[in-house]
Amino acid sequence: MSKAEILIIDDEPQIRRLLEITLESDGYISRSAVSAKEGLIMASNHPPELILLDIGLPDENGHSVLQKLRQWYTNPVIILSVIKNEEDIIRALDNGANDYLSKPFRTGELLARIRSALRGAIPDDEPVLTFEHLQIDLGARTVRKNGTAVKLTSTEYNLLTLLVKNEGKVLTHQYLLRAIWGPGYINQSQYLRVFIAQIRKKIEEDPNRPEYLLTESGVGYRFMSKS
Amino acid sequence: MANNYIFNNTPGWKQYLYSIASIILVSGACYVFSDLMGYRVAGFILLFTVSLLAITFDILPVIVSAALSAFTWNFFFIPPRFTIHINTSEDTIMLVMYFIIVMINGVLTYKIRQVEKISRIREERANSVKLYNTILNSLSHELNTPIAAIIAAADNLQSNANINNVTKLQLVSEISKASLRLQQQVENLLNISRLESGHIKPKYDWCDIVELIYEVVQRVEENNQGRKVRISIHDDFPLCSVDKGILDQVIYNLLNNAAIHTPFNSRIDISATCYGGLLQILIEDTGNGFMDVNVRDVFHKFSRRNEQAVSGSGLGLSIVKGFTEALGGTVELKKKTGITTFIITLNVKTNALKFIEG
Repeated sequence: MSKAEILIIDDEPQIRRLLEITLESDGYISRSAVSAKEGLIMASNHPPELILLDIGLPDENGHSVLQKLRQWYTNPVIILSVIKNEEDIIRALDNGANDYLSKPFRTGELLARIRSALRGAIPDDEPVLTFEHLQIDLGARTVRKNGTAVKLTSTEYNLLTLLVKNEGKVLTHQYLLRAIWGPGYINQSQYLRVFIAQIRKKIEEDPNRPEYLLTESGVGYRFMSKS
Repeated sequence: MANNYIFNNTPGWKQYLYSIASIILVSGACYVFSDLMGYRVAGFILLFTVSLLAITFDILPVIVSAALSAFTWNFFFIPPRFTIHINTSEDTIMLVMYFIIVMINGVLTYKIRQVEKISRIREERANSVKLYNTILNSLSHELNTPIAAIIAAADNLQSNANINNVTKLQLVSEISKASLRLQQQVENLLNISRLESGHIKPKYDWCDIVELIYEVVQRVEENNQGRKVRISIHDDFPLCSVDKGILDQVIYNLLNNAAIHTPFNSRIDISATCYGGLLQILIEDTGNGFMDVNVRDVFHKFSRRNEQAVSGSGLGLSIVKGFTEALGGTVELKKKTGITTFIITLNVKTNALKFIEG
């Protein structure tokens, strides 16, 4: 496996150093920028596989850096921020961030998010997806748990596969409601709660301690697999 | 203390109005019975009235009522009546004495009140200095302890070339534990300042209470070295309209408190019910806590059970109270024979639509 190159844009030297150590000990190549300006130049001169972007930069707000990046940069961007505010997270995700981690975070969590962001969206031509004890056949629209077929309604199936196809990525409530039920339903968050609970009962080992369908409080849901 | 003087905060013009009205009323009543009691008793009754007014009102309204009462006594009661003329020198002396006594009375009472007010302010100031010192002590203890642990562990790792791997892991786990504690303290301080500034506006949305409780319990268990929390909650729980983030903090603080302050082998339970729009969450432990304190005091800021307490800035429970009230609910503490129970009660909109086909 070739070493992915990751660009860190963060003005705090201590965080930068720790991120570099973390990334390099996990086999990535890391480069660092200390400001928005430097980060944008480094990203355009030599586009990395992934960018870790701090929201609180001295010379420019991270949200606007993200917008500038997204005009041409298509690889994953993960936002790091000391602000743990739902609106801020949703704004970053709407602006095209792949993920959002609030500081302080655990290193294991960061590496897991980087791995799943680098894995990227699952290509459409892959008909059968397998995650540990869960198997989804996109061609036949069937789901199996430990080999036995799980009976999902069509809405449940659509919601699950939308999340699965974006594995590791947080999909916001509004995005999910719009995609599954339509634009008239973006405020009907109770539908989402109900359907997620129903799907968990069918696919999770312990629906109260979900391993696949994870809640991002106040923001949305993500599908995670351990592999 | 401040409540002793009911009219203390009455605006000025009202004080004049009340003073004059009461003099007129009392004089009127005395006038009706003047044939029975004579003019001297009427004088005493008026004097008594002004003394009462002096207890509650400012100095100027009291002086006005004193002058008015002297005048009405003279005009309506002292013979010859309905003139300001006085027949005997005895009555003149009495009127002059009346006026002097009523003034002394008013001014003295006022002065006593002033002195009392000043000493009250002094006392409040002393209390706030005491509170400030408690805050400083408690904060510096709460922040410096984990920092000290981190520095010591890091120093050890850095300078001790020949420590074995087991010790190394122990030191690293100390750093990790101390950081979590720091993180929690900072979170609490941020929450307190949010509460103090009054900037908490709940954002209501449909919330799966079962999911929330399991999430919080998992976090508490992870942050407290595998301490177990028992959950008893019916699976068929309606969706409730609450601010999930705020309720999360309330439950986390109560459970985390229980986990930190009770012995490892004691039990921690959480249960929840929701009937008729009333959401109740019970958090119970068998840790024999809060036995020596007044139940009402525990929710006060910086109230800690004792100075030797394991840890805790005393912020947790006041955050719980503030946040629960921000959601329009109440939190109570009940203790009996070694069991401590916190009960959170919220009025919520519920949505029973639990299963949808399609």
